[in-house]
Amino acid sequence: MRDMAMHIMDIAQNSIYANATAITIEVIENKDDDSYVVIVDDNGGGMSREMVSKVTDPYVTTRTTRKTGLGIPLLKLNAERTGGNFHIHSEEGKGTNVKAEFVFTHPDRLPAGDIAGIIVLLIAANPGIEFKYQHVTNKGKYALCTAEINETLEGVSISEPSVVRFLKEMIKENQQQILIS
Amino acid sequence: MTQVKSLADLRKIKDDLQGKMGLREKSNSPESLVQIRVAMATCGIASGAKQVMEFFMEELDKRNIQAVVTQTGCMGYCFAEPTVEITLPGQAPVVYGYVDTAKADSIIEKYIKNGELVEGIIPVNYETIQK
Repeated sequence: MRDMAMHIMDIAQNSIYANATAITIEVIENKDDDSYVVIVDDNGGGMSREMVSKVTDPYVTTRTTRKTGLGIPLLKLNAERTGGNFHIHSEEGKGTNVKAEFVFTHPDRLPAGDIAGIIVLLIAANPGIEFKYQHVTNKGKYALCTAEINETLEGVSISEPSVVRFLKEMIKENQQQILIS
Repeated sequence: MTQVKSLADLRKIKDDLQGKMGLREKSNSPESLVQIRVAMATCGIASGAKQVMEFFMEELDKRNIQAVVTQTGCMGYCFAEPTVEITLPGQAPVVYGYVDTAKADSIIEKYIKNGELVEGIIPVNYETIQK
C-alpha cells in the first residue's frame, strides 16, 4: 500500500464485507502530538474475541477465495514502523473499529494519497451504506455525511456521475482549506 | 478568492439531473444496464484498481453508456489484478484480468459497445462470488 488512501479503501472494504450499513472514516492530523491517525469504524457483523486476536496474522482470513488476509497486517506494519501503533476493537453483532496511529514526521509515514478519490468511490459504489468522513487537522475540521447529501439530492442517485464529480471536487477543496505540512 | 463548494451547490446539480431524468427513467432497471464490478480487495487496490474504477466511471459517462459501476472483494485471482467483472444485459458475467486504463478502454470500445470479446479473460470455471 503506497498511501493512506489505499489503506482506508482496503479497511473500508472489510466493513462492507461485514455487511455494515454505516461506516465512519476519520483522519486526524496533529502536528503538536506529531501524529497522523486513521480510523475506520463500522456497524457491521463484528468479530469474536478469538478472531480479533488472530486478525493481524497475515495467514488469517474469512474469505474462501484465497488463504491470506493482508489488509490489516499491512496497515499495522506501516503504522508500527513509524513508531506508531495499531488498535482494533470489535464486538460480534455490533461492529468494528480500526485505528492506526502513525508518527507524522517519521520518514516512513505514508503520504495521504487521493483520500477524496477513494471516499467518492466508496460512496458511489455503495449507495446503500451511510458514510461519514471527517478530517481534522491543526487548521480545522471538515465533515461530510452521505445522509445529508442524500437529503439534498431528494431522490436523485448519489452514484450519478455528475454528483460523484462534484463530491470529489467539494471534498478536495475543503481538504485544501485545512491542509497542514 | 472563489467560494469553496458546499452542499448548496449540489442542489443545482440535482435540479439539472432531475430535468434530464424523465428521458432516462425508462431504461433505469438494473438488469437492462451494463454492470461492472471492480475487485477491490488488498490485492486489487495494491495493483491499481482505484484508477481502473475511476476510469470506468468517468469514461462510461463521457461515452454515454448507462452502467452500474460497483466494487467487489477478492475473487481469488490476485495474480491477475486488477480484475474486473463485466455483465452485459442478459449475458453471463465475464472476468477480465490485468486491467489497466488502456485495457479498460478496449473493454469499453469492443466488449461493452459491440459484444466483441477482448483478450485477457480469466477463468473458464468462473463462478460469481456472493458477497
